[in-house]
Amino acid sequence: MVTVVSGLINVLIIAIYATVAMMIGILFMGIGRKIVARVHNRVGPPIYQGFIDIAKLILKKTNITHGWIYDLALLFSITGIVLTILFLPIGGVKLLSTEGDAFLVLYLLAIPALGFALGAGASGNPNSAIGVMRALVMMLSYELPFVISMVALMIYYDTTSIAEIVASQYGKWAILIPPFAISAAVADMALQGMLMEAPFDIPIAPHEIASGPMAEFGGKHLGSLMIYKAGTIVAYTTLFVDLFLGGGVVMKGGIVADVVNFIVWFILIFLVFTLSLLINTSFPRFRIEQAFKFYWKYEAVLAIIALVWVYWMVIS
Amino acid sequence: MKYEEWSKISRIASKKSLWILHFCTGCGAIEMPPVMTSRFDMERFGMAPMATPRQADVLLITGYLTVKTLKRVIQVYEQMQDPKYVVAFGSCPINGGMYWDSYNTINQLDKYLPVDLYLAGCMPRPEGIINAMMELMEMIEKGEARGWEKYRKNYEKYKKNQEMAFKFGKVEE
Repeated sequence: MVTVVSGLINVLIIAIYATVAMMIGILFMGIGRKIVARVHNRVGPPIYQGFIDIAKLILKKTNITHGWIYDLALLFSITGIVLTILFLPIGGVKLLSTEGDAFLVLYLLAIPALGFALGAGASGNPNSAIGVMRALVMMLSYELPFVISMVALMIYYDTTSIAEIVASQYGKWAILIPPFAISAAVADMALQGMLMEAPFDIPIAPHEIASGPMAEFGGKHLGSLMIYKAGTIVAYTTLFVDLFLGGGVVMKGGIVADVVNFIVWFILIFLVFTLSLLINTSFPRFRIEQAFKFYWKYEAVLAIIALVWVYWMVIS
Repeated sequence: MKYEEWSKISRIASKKSLWILHFCTGCGAIEMPPVMTSRFDMERFGMAPMATPRQADVLLITGYLTVKTLKRVIQVYEQMQDPKYVVAFGSCPINGGMYWDSYNTINQLDKYLPVDLYLAGCMPRPEGIINAMMELMEMIEKGEARGWEKYRKNYEKYKKNQEMAFKFGKVEE
């Protein structure tokens, strides 16, 4: 009986946690549109615009479906992103944990993108097929420099657990150590590709391929897709903050410390997201082969230089 | 499928987030960039341009429609998800405008698709577009913009007119 109750409480906590994370993501989408608008010298929508858009899409009267794969793929994506968020430490607190979860998170990050690709493929639109192809090539491109940067961190802190990486950075962020400044720059450009912001918004390019994978999504399906997008914003920025900015942990012990850490985490992911948006508004779009070349030729080489430097620091 | 069954929340959400599909057939397209960019900035009212009909709420038809284009407009309209609204932009969809006696343009869009709002002028200025969209928002909130329901109800009539137009040109006369 006690185990059942404690299990239910756990489920409830996880549900609240995931909902709060999604809400933050949806808020960020609104804030992001506002920031882009201010850069363009426009007024921009209110910051709660994301909530209105999703409410409108969910309340649409008709929802065309393209078969059960199309329906379930979205569920697949949202589940994958929620699971990723649960495995990431937020302000030093994390709900699910395992040894070597840095690798696990890397695998989990691929699941939502594949689910998205599955849904878009099932819709049968040729623009979607092009978009999915580009998204998969992009994934292949940005993961190489990102993983090399992560491996540098793992070697330096001698662990494969993100929670331990976060704990080791208490008092001194990884980005303040010279080789990791290079790694962080590389990871930030990879983040740009993960969030599909310019210059790497190749998969969704609205002016070329009619928003690519999303071309056939409407109504409730597009609403779910926006919730998934909100989740990716939180997951990817949190991953970056956990790896290089100490996960927002500034105090230890007690409930007050948790609240302070949460607020610091919120500010940090907001700053990372803002930086990504400022890069987004400043650059035009790469072609897919240019993006591939950028990641594998320049970013990967920089990441390897940082890796060798870190290795040299560790052995000497 | 009654409009009255809608809660007020859904109407307000629909009103505050109009996603527009620009079907720019003729000359009207040039009026849209100022509306979207920093001079008039339609995004402050929650309006955004969309790339495909599945995602859009408002079908903005600018300029004249030839019979061939009409076919595509109808396809696009039927791909959109309910509730959907049609805004006819310029004089040409109202009465043919300067092409009123042309052999291959239709004169009244209302015969083939339910139009929620007309925006008269040749061309209407960007202020006019913003004004029309504000009007459409008010209509949505009051529950007056129900063209999508009319299209479902009178589908036979609209279909007949469309078939006639595809065969013989226009059906207004």
